[in-house]
Amino acid sequence: MNAQQLHDTLQKIQEPKGCYFNADASMTMALMESLLATKERLGYMACPCRLANGTFEADRDIVCPCEYRAADMDEYGACFCGLYVTKEWNEGGRERVYVPERRPVERILG
Amino acid sequence: MAPEVKVYALSTCIHCKNAKEYLDQCGVKYDCVHVDQLTGDERKAMVEEVKKLNPSVSFPTLVIDGKVLVGFDKAKVDEALGK
Repeated sequence: MNAQQLHDTLQKIQEPKGCYFNADASMTMALMESLLATKERLGYMACPCRLANGTFEADRDIVCPCEYRAADMDEYGACFCGLYVTKEWNEGGRERVYVPERRPVERILG
Repeated sequence: MAPEVKVYALSTCIHCKNAKEYLDQCGVKYDCVHVDQLTGDERKAMVEEVKKLNPSVSFPTLVIDGKVLVGFDKAKVDEALGK
């Protein structure tokens, strides 16, 4: 699967849930490439913007779309990575701020 | 004097990539470590190093002349660079 195919597949699943891709295509497509890279490396699509532990069990919370997406989209209009955003965020109706990390640091294994 | 800049990043992270590109654009030299590419004790030690600077261990974490910046925010980078 290439980045465009991944994009199209995810879009069909996620848009009906109100989760839109960031309208900045350069960012979205770079993240598609990153998701394919994490899949290749780890065997699952861990969030490319977080430090994965290396096993599905230990990274279950950050398998994209991560467990923190809903809360971040509610609060900031965007997920931590900025891949998934609300329609309003894409249309400029929401201030674009840095989304702070919600994943508890204890989830990063030493 | 040239600023001393360190970037703790992940090889797949878009905010890390944007931060590095911005520093490049500014002509700022920096030392960068991709924490996701480390393994074993090296990874463990680097996670501890980042944790001291940024307790949430999120990326990018930038250190510009001793000032710690969590995440990439152009305005904050400019401020830390004294621009």
